[in-house]
Amino acid sequence: MSNLLNYTLRVADNALILGQRMSQWCSNGPTLEEDIAMINISLDLFGQANGFYEYASSIDGNKSADDFAFLRSEREYFNNLIVEQKNGHFGDTIVRNFLFDVYAVLFYTKLGQGKDKTLAALGSKSLKEAEYHLRHSSNWLIRLGDGTEESNEKVQKSLNDIWMFTGNLFEMDTLDSEMLIAGIGVDNTALKSDWDKKVNEVLGEAKLTRPEDAYMQTGSKKGIHSEHLGHLLSEMQYLQRTHPNAKW
Amino acid sequence: MRQISYVLKHNLINLQYKFYKMTEEYFQERIDAEKKIEPKDWMPDDYRKHLIRQISQHAHSEVIGMQPEGNWITRAPSLRSKMILLAKIQDEAGHGLYLYSACETLGVSREELVQQLHDGKAKYSSIFNYPTLNWADMGAVGWLVDGAAIVNQVSLQRTSYGPYSRGMIRICKEESFHQRQGYEIMATMAAGTTQQKQMAQDALNRLWWPSIMMFGPHDANSPRSGNALKWKIKRQTNDELRQSFIDKTVQQAELIGLTIPDPELKWNEEKGHYDFGEIDWDEFWRVVKGNGPCNKQRLDHHKKAHSEGSWVRNAALEYQKKLELVTT
Amino acid sequence: MSEKIDVWEVFIQSKNGLPHKHAGSVHATDKEMALQNARDLYTRRKEGSSIWVVKTTDIVASQAEDGDSFFDPSDDKVYRHPTFYTMPDGAKNI
Repeated sequence: MSNLLNYTLRVADNALILGQRMSQWCSNGPTLEEDIAMINISLDLFGQANGFYEYASSIDGNKSADDFAFLRSEREYFNNLIVEQKNGHFGDTIVRNFLFDVYAVLFYTKLGQGKDKTLAALGSKSLKEAEYHLRHSSNWLIRLGDGTEESNEKVQKSLNDIWMFTGNLFEMDTLDSEMLIAGIGVDNTALKSDWDKKVNEVLGEAKLTRPEDAYMQTGSKKGIHSEHLGHLLSEMQYLQRTHPNAKW
Repeated sequence: MRQISYVLKHNLINLQYKFYKMTEEYFQERIDAEKKIEPKDWMPDDYRKHLIRQISQHAHSEVIGMQPEGNWITRAPSLRSKMILLAKIQDEAGHGLYLYSACETLGVSREELVQQLHDGKAKYSSIFNYPTLNWADMGAVGWLVDGAAIVNQVSLQRTSYGPYSRGMIRICKEESFHQRQGYEIMATMAAGTTQQKQMAQDALNRLWWPSIMMFGPHDANSPRSGNALKWKIKRQTNDELRQSFIDKTVQQAELIGLTIPDPELKWNEEKGHYDFGEIDWDEFWRVVKGNGPCNKQRLDHHKKAHSEGSWVRNAALEYQKKLELVTT
Repeated sequence: MSEKIDVWEVFIQSKNGLPHKHAGSVHATDKEMALQNARDLYTRRKEGSSIWVVKTTDIVASQAEDGDSFFDPSDDKVYRHPTFYTMPDGAKNI
């Protein structure tokens, strides 16, 4: 598989997996307005995933976008670890999304400036949506952090628990470096200082304490994931696996 | 002297007119003249109560309806079908919101309406008390349930209460893709593998009768219909709407090679309508009264989401207080 | 715990140059959330380029009973309407 294909899949997978997580909130939100907001976010993410998978399909020349989305095995997905973490309660979801959204805005901004026309176009389009998602998650993080004592405690815990998955966002492996040199890919490491700035700003306003950087989970770039991904995939892939060659 | 008595007479007439506008006679005149009743207008108490019941139950139906469809979201078999289903469910949530919004103009809060739902005092459409057991159910729900809803809703666009009417116009604009989405799924599966076709027929077999039950009891057994029609809250009777739906749908089933599970279904050339079998009214009332396959599950689910979200709503309310302190 | 969330009326401007039109209402605890909720609910199909949200309790409405004395005077002063005047044949741009 080519570098371009692999790189595109990484971006697509993030959108797919987070989209799938957000779709699980359907009819479970704390208000009807939030149900709509979260379904909206999920729709955006699947739209992004679809765009990137369609590009992957055209690069591959053989597999379809759905083939990429539904028919790979657990070790063949390359999303970041943070997006596959469970929804938990609303606070867990908001914290997870916030930390990823800050990254997504920075990432898509750079991708949009890259040399591959399609990836750049997809990046720019996705950026607008990512900015809206960030607005949603940061607004909620502030209200939950600076709400009641109970809400503050809950999201502080969410933050503490998920922090170890943040380092993974800024890793650069061989593929990343080669794509960067080609002028197409993004320098993840270079995004960290802006990420820190934005995260610290919002955590401050949300009266939350930034956790200490300790051991950071890793492995996603090699397709090594948490156990959650397997379950998410079995559910998602079920119909395609049960009825091979059926048209939907 | 003459001037004073003229002014007094003028004021008296104005006052009489003001009181006349608060009578059932005047109200009915406006209804008969196809005028819209707006939130600040005087209305009979029964009219207000009837509307609150009807609009809120319509809203509850949209919201509860998100559950049987939400059941297949994570298992949607393609990116496209997943996105379409998400968009449909999002619309349904939106419709619930438009309707709660219209209902609140009648002087009741959404919190009270949700409490009524939880207490079992308010109902929602019985069709959502049936389970969605295979992917074809997504097709059947869109094609039949939304199809039935469209027949009802198109009629309601002309309802007498302004906010309800405007809500329904908005809803109808969005609804047409819902039915098409469902029918497309059915058509694709009916033309697909043997198993897909079986699933499609199975979904139709299970959801046909509950769908036509959506139109409610026969007109003769529908006590509230009288007032509803008089006040133009309802514009057509249950049986009229049901017949209209069946007439449209039979041909659609035939076109894609599926069989409607009613051996008595037959085109009546004389009447220009389809004759159809008798609904199992025992099942209808059983499910309405709470003993359907999913009644408890649907309500428990709604209560759970609501109670688990309580800390979130409280946090937002607390933050609002802090904001208000800063600005005052 | 009294949990009533404020109701906000939503006005959407569908296109630049047009007036904002009342679309319905949303529940929200503050103006930022009200704007977001309004955007998610009422502009899903790109129905708007601008959104106004106003707390329902801040809206002042004329009463239905005001009807006659409030509005009638304008009914019989027909000379406010351009159609009241007869223009000479051939007069343009007026």
